[in-house]
Amino acid sequence: MIDLPPYPPLDPSNYYLIVVGTGVSESVSAAAASSSGSSVLHLDPNPFYGSHFASLSLPDLTSFLHSNSVSPHPPPPSSPPILPSNSHELISVDLVHRSLYSSVEISSFDSEILEEHSRRFNVDLCGPRVVFCADESINLMLKSGANNYVEFKSIDASFVGDSSGELRNVPDSRAAIFKSKSLTLLEKNLLMKFFKLVQSQLAESDDTTTTTVKISEEDMESPFVDFLAKMRLPPNIKSIILYAIAMLDYDQDNMETCRHLLKTKEGIDRLALYIKSMGRFSNALGALIYPIYGQGELPQAFCRRAAVKGCIYVLRMPITALLLDKETGDYKGVRLASGQEIFSQKLILDPCINVGLESLSSLTDQQNETLRVLVPKAMINKEKIARGICVIRGSVKSDISNALIVYPPKSLFPEQLTAIRVLQLGSGVAVCPADMHVLYFSILCENDDQGIKALLSAMSNLIRLPVPESDSSVENDTCEAKPLLLWRALYVQELVKGEFGGTISSMPSADGSLNYKETVESAVKLYEQIMGSEELFKEEETSLENTTEENEGGVEIEEN
Amino acid sequence: MHGRPRKASKPEDEAASAAKAVKLRSLQSQFMTYHHEKIYTKEAIELSTKLLEINPEAYTAWNYRKLAVEDSLSRIGPDPNLVKPILDEELRVVENALKQNFKSYGAWHHRKWVLSKGHSSTGNELKLLDKFQKLDSRNFHAWNYRRFVVELTNRSEQDELQYTDDMINNNFSNYSAWHNRSVLLSSLLANRADGFMPEKRIPDEFEIVHQAIFTDPDDQSGWFYHLWLLDQTVNVESPLLTSSWPSHGSSVILSGAGCLNGPPSNVTTFCSETGSFPLILYFDQAVGGVSPLTVTIDSELKGNENLVWEPISNKSSQVSCVWVARLKYFSSQPCGSKDHKVKVRLGNSPGIVSSRGYNFSAPYEFVFTVHVQDTAEDSHSQESIVSWTDGFELWDAQSKDLNSLFTLDQLNNGIDLKWRQAAIDSEIECFRLLADSKIGKLTLARLLMASEAMTLDAAVKGVYYEEILQLYNDLMALDSSHHQYYKNEHSVAFLHKVTSSSESLSRHLFRYRDMNNLVCLRLNKLSLSRIASVEKLLFVQMLDLSHNELHSTEGLEAMQLLSCLNLSHNRIRSFSALDSLRHVKQLKVLDVSHNHIGKHSVDTTRYLCSSPLSNSDWSQDGVRGQNPGLVTKYWDAYFVLRDLNLKQLDIAGNEIADDEFSSFVLQVVPKLVWLNGQKPGN
Repeated sequence: MIDLPPYPPLDPSNYYLIVVGTGVSESVSAAAASSSGSSVLHLDPNPFYGSHFASLSLPDLTSFLHSNSVSPHPPPPSSPPILPSNSHELISVDLVHRSLYSSVEISSFDSEILEEHSRRFNVDLCGPRVVFCADESINLMLKSGANNYVEFKSIDASFVGDSSGELRNVPDSRAAIFKSKSLTLLEKNLLMKFFKLVQSQLAESDDTTTTTVKISEEDMESPFVDFLAKMRLPPNIKSIILYAIAMLDYDQDNMETCRHLLKTKEGIDRLALYIKSMGRFSNALGALIYPIYGQGELPQAFCRRAAVKGCIYVLRMPITALLLDKETGDYKGVRLASGQEIFSQKLILDPCINVGLESLSSLTDQQNETLRVLVPKAMINKEKIARGICVIRGSVKSDISNALIVYPPKSLFPEQLTAIRVLQLGSGVAVCPADMHVLYFSILCENDDQGIKALLSAMSNLIRLPVPESDSSVENDTCEAKPLLLWRALYVQELVKGEFGGTISSMPSADGSLNYKETVESAVKLYEQIMGSEELFKEEETSLENTTEENEGGVEIEEN
Repeated sequence: MHGRPRKASKPEDEAASAAKAVKLRSLQSQFMTYHHEKIYTKEAIELSTKLLEINPEAYTAWNYRKLAVEDSLSRIGPDPNLVKPILDEELRVVENALKQNFKSYGAWHHRKWVLSKGHSSTGNELKLLDKFQKLDSRNFHAWNYRRFVVELTNRSEQDELQYTDDMINNNFSNYSAWHNRSVLLSSLLANRADGFMPEKRIPDEFEIVHQAIFTDPDDQSGWFYHLWLLDQTVNVESPLLTSSWPSHGSSVILSGAGCLNGPPSNVTTFCSETGSFPLILYFDQAVGGVSPLTVTIDSELKGNENLVWEPISNKSSQVSCVWVARLKYFSSQPCGSKDHKVKVRLGNSPGIVSSRGYNFSAPYEFVFTVHVQDTAEDSHSQESIVSWTDGFELWDAQSKDLNSLFTLDQLNNGIDLKWRQAAIDSEIECFRLLADSKIGKLTLARLLMASEAMTLDAAVKGVYYEEILQLYNDLMALDSSHHQYYKNEHSVAFLHKVTSSSESLSRHLFRYRDMNNLVCLRLNKLSLSRIASVEKLLFVQMLDLSHNELHSTEGLEAMQLLSCLNLSHNRIRSFSALDSLRHVKQLKVLDVSHNHIGKHSVDTTRYLCSSPLSNSDWSQDGVRGQNPGLVTKYWDAYFVLRDLNLKQLDIAGNEIADDEFSSFVLQVVPKLVWLNGQKPGN
């Protein structure tokens, strides 16, 4: 697949832990294990850090998506799946690559300009994605010291959109409610009252002596959407809270299609995350921040931290096979693409690495048990995520560069079952040239067609699609103000869950949410299972010097 | 920077602060030596710098630096190149001091002083302020200084208004920003700057403050701005005459001492021993400058060429809403039963100026008729006791003379009532939505009151009073900690309601048969806690306020015709609360029985010394000379009773009312005919 430059053999060849793939979950694990003193080897088959969380130039992104998408023809039959290892006590089991992406379609509408700037793009594979200031990922960065390697900027505003094309500000704070032009006075009153109730609910847990109004147990167990109705919140505000603040995906008013009906308790937790994010860093404008140079900076920061703590890094190095003990079936090590065999006690793998089904038949039960998590499973839950990336000239909202836009379910067309999220980023976060913006779109879907259709609908709501010259006069007037599309990628990604399998564990793919909360939480849980350690980055809690440099609008995250 | 709990200091902090104190003390004593010996050497100045950096509150050091600067400036001459570095150094010291404590009065003042010298560039000042206001956007020192810099740099008020916009958008819970906004707008509106017409701008401002009040009804910063806007909407700048007695078109029978016992008449009868009657002018705001120069009186009544106009106010100031002049008439002179027309003209020459500096500008005149009658020789009624239980005849509601007692407000032809009414109406509509919160109810009640005050159309006048009273009742139940305030407002609204039409007022009006058919207003048993609408009650001669919850007689001073007053069964706690009655020269009968006088010791915190007697020269005073002990003991009673001409006083049922006090009263008021229902000495 990849032309490998000749590699000098790795030394040492024995580690406590081998991690393959440099996505967020894998990098957190590598950093945590290194800082706890374990010897770690961190490999990635790609020439860049981040795996499915990487930020790439347009050509690199294009080739990565193509090479990782479901190929129309089966991979060439490999040599016999099970080979004897160099050592006689071991057998080797070949690994197969699992493609996470499908329906990849990339179109360029102005190749000349893009060519000129092609290296000035840092485009995320896992977009749209932001970091909540009170997100667990921030806590881990602070704890591990990875925050020294990343700098963030605020997302300037968030909006709710609908089929009319109008973008309304999300009134997510006292000041935003005050300033909002789209809410009536009474709506402002009700919404602020609700926020205050949530805040007093949060304060309650800290201080039990206060006699503030508390949400009853019964209400906490009831569906969140019912609770909002009980608070007399009108539908438009309900929708803002559910989809633009709590960031839900499924239509909470439709029992048939809703895969996840949120309880009030969970809803309050989600709002709490948002509210806590708002005030966490004094130089952040709102709840959401974005890493300068793209999301790929995040896994990379953890990797740098791991390297400082002694972790060994090798990029462009796929593993081709696993080595198991012939007798006991226990995991022993991996064979690298260079042919070298490396041994470790534990192994953490990228979700793309699987064992071919044909290999399994010839293995013993113990060996099968060891490889349990690498066996491809029939997809029971057919939930996928459709993602889209657009490069545009101009901005979807004048005078605002970095913005989040949410289209609640049914807001664009009646069959829209889940919320569509859009994130616009500009040159301020160093992801594109100055006069352009990168837009990320995503929606959860059951099949590719459904997802792509929804994405296209959101795109046409925001962007002027280049039309053939002859048709251009038809609806010239309506789309005059919209920004022009220069480049577009559409793809559908599978959602793979992480799995703990004793010595070998598989990490989750990028999930469908806007932030890293669930990704990081599940990574931490898996790591604790694998390593049996109590807490990640325990010793790192030394005092962090407060480096308060003035940088233009940058958000320096610090322990406070 | 509010709501930050104070932490208990740790031992090591205390040790550090003790060490700091020692260092500070030695610095300070060294500094004082320099200061006293007027040493302004480099070394001495540096010492003061050090001192101020540690303790910016050392204002003596700031003053010393001023002297030092003056000293060095006097030696170098006027060369700006030499002056500037000296002043720049001062600015630097201030900045460092402010970093230590940005609420240091001395430091901010020093900075102002340096800048007023005029040699420093002002360009950096706003930037510095931005920095401090970022630290604490509500820091009023910074806001104060900002106004100073703005004035110095001639920055436009519009720009400053935009700045308050930004600050409020950032966090609307900012009293300073709202306040600055009101200051700027007052000026812009007064000067009618570009596009700053009140009829346009005030409604826009209401819209802005709604956003704050509705978003967070508990945040008080918006309330105050709303109150200010309401004030701007309701209040007209130039003062107006609200009412007068006698009123325009009315007739008054004047007689000398003693009373007429003729048949009930439709006309007010006024008896006086002194041969003069009060002419009362009631303005809508406190004014000064009422004098024969500004008020012209044309009449045949003799001896009124140089009238003395007296402001009726508890404060000894020369501004008041109520002004009184006593016009002479001579009933003994045989002039027959002649009618005299009296014409009063105001505003023709400037001079009547409100306390806010606006001129009474709309010329106004009114005419009334006086009928001077011969005195009847029968003086029996003088001696008879006034009973509050019988002898009253209900006013004939149909009788036309009631209207003549009533005076209409001076019409404001020049005033643009239209936008004001429209603004209030839309406010009412808006705040009905917020009627589930306390501030919503209170604001609504205030708005409805404002609307009533502006309504001229008799057909819709008074429609809101029931709702207002209900709102205040709700508020009393909801918010017990401000019960008394709501109670007072309730009383005000109730009295406005009573006086809103002649029909409603006539239900409380009577004639007191036994005494010359006095006009009597009975407002008893209404749980009133405050007196209001006095401007519409100037004609009342007998007032029954018994069985209410009054704490004081404030407001009654305007009722110059009042001769009988019943305050029994109220909550008067001391004679000081009756102080305003000292202005009511006609008062003959006073009933303050069954109050709380003497139950609580007099609140002397209002005075600088324990009693006003203790530092004044009263030794010549007769009663005091006879009985200094009692005067000191009952000084508050002494002060009030001494100035009244009472014939009948009732003080029974008060803690204070014992034999000793009774005898004291008789010493102070020797002319008293009835004390507690009995003739003294009997």
